Amino acid sequence: MAGVIVPPFVVLAFLLVIWQVAFSHEGATLPTPTEVWSQAGELIWNPFFVYGSQDIGLGWRVLTSLERVAYGFGLAAVAGVLVGAVIGQSVWMMRGFDPIFQVLRTVPPLAWLPISLAAFMDSRPSAIFVIFITAVWPVIINTAAGIRAIPQDYRNVAAVLRLNQVEFFWKIMLPAAAPYIFSGLRIGVGLSWLAIVAAEMLTGGVGIGFFIWDAWNSSRIADIIVALVYIGMVGFVLDRLVAAIGRFVAKGDI
Amino acid sequence: MTHLRIDRVFKSFASGGRVNEVLSDVSLRVAKGEFVSIIGHSGCGKSTLLNLVAGLTEVTTGVITLDGREVSKPGPDRAVVFQNHSLLPWLSVYDNVRLAVTKVHPGKSRAERHDWIMANLDLVQMAHAADKRPGEISGGMKQRVGIARALAMEPKVLLLDEPFGALDALTRAHLQDQVMEIHARLKNTVLMITHDVDEAVLLADRIVMMTNGPAATIGEVLDVTIPRPRNRLTLAGDPAYVAARAAVLRFLHDRHRLPVAAE
Repeated sequence: MAGVIVPPFVVLAFLLVIWQVAFSHEGATLPTPTEVWSQAGELIWNPFFVYGSQDIGLGWRVLTSLERVAYGFGLAAVAGVLVGAVIGQSVWMMRGFDPIFQVLRTVPPLAWLPISLAAFMDSRPSAIFVIFITAVWPVIINTAAGIRAIPQDYRNVAAVLRLNQVEFFWKIMLPAAAPYIFSGLRIGVGLSWLAIVAAEMLTGGVGIGFFIWDAWNSSRIADIIVALVYIGMVGFVLDRLVAAIGRFVAKGDI
Repeated sequence: MTHLRIDRVFKSFASGGRVNEVLSDVSLRVAKGEFVSIIGHSGCGKSTLLNLVAGLTEVTTGVITLDGREVSKPGPDRAVVFQNHSLLPWLSVYDNVRLAVTKVHPGKSRAERHDWIMANLDLVQMAHAADKRPGEISGGMKQRVGIARALAMEPKVLLLDEPFGALDALTRAHLQDQVMEIHARLKNTVLMITHDVDEAVLLADRIVMMTNGPAATIGEVLDVTIPRPRNRLTLAGDPAYVAARAAVLRFLHDRHRLPVAAE
């Protein structure tokens, strides 16, 4: 256990020392770790303070962003699995849709934002839409691939038992494709988190993305650094969370 | 009225503009309670014939009827035990059988269903592993659960597609004995695909021998008149057993060698 926990901390301490040394000289453009601690200390050790409607701890901001991600990613997960399940059933649909999905999935999140703002005329649904449209492609593509990979044996079992479409979906399709679906969801949740920060920078509000943009405009570089660490940690937790749910759901799936 | 009737069935598959005739003019009548083995070299279309009876594949021409009704799609009255068990790996042994029971016996109460699931697992001596997942039990055990799942559907015809082909000799012998016992008790109609001569002679009332494909058909049919119950140990020197075995071997090895070997 110690062999797993110790190395990351040693490396982290080492990197912090290098950072400290590199930016300690006169006229350095970025703050050192000790300056970050002294200037933005409260942001680090008190994530949930509230001093005013716009002056709140990073914990609250992260929660606001997570709420948007929950809507956008939740929609993407449901829609992605359903659309993927339909498309995965038919070779013709797969051939027809796959090139379109492959092109759309490479469009960066921010590129969707203007068109989303034009369509919704409001920042909140626009941000959610951007998350949705960013996260949905890997879910669709992986679900369809998972459905196509269902062994003929399982289909034969379903045929002999005369399972109807709904029973087939719940009892055979979803569990058989679960490993594929969850790898799609895992990619999707990562992309959602990438998209939320970018989207909030432009749409405003109290999310963590807007905080960074606001801090940049007020030259609070130390705050930005703290926010980056928050974002990284939350993204990491999200990724591990979806992976853990996937392992739990697909247990014994060999 | 004949129980299961396969009447002048032809089956061909079209692939890439070419038509492959797999079965040509196959006719067979199976009586209720009869155990029929279908034997032939690999690739002769015997699994295709089983899939046709199961309804998993459609006949090109000809008719298959079960109790006078035409077979056109799969159904629990023709339960299949597949060669590679095909249990659902995310369900426990119990739930694999339960999936079949809830679907086939929707009228039963919860308690009745439970008893029926356990009765069928008992029949194949797998009740002790009800909570295990397929990944946690051996190949022979999986095949037994596959048999329990099929029996739980109370099929009119039990279709066995080389059910013991992937098992070691000892396990295979044990399962063959169990299938014989179950057949003696339940008197099901059984259609079993095999490429094992001993298995065919030991289990079957009748052995259907298929010629080599393409366009395979029934070459000979042999009645196995050895009285039941049959015991594999005492049968080894039994003249009727030896004669039946020799007849099948002669068919497979002399008259219908593998096409490659014959050249």
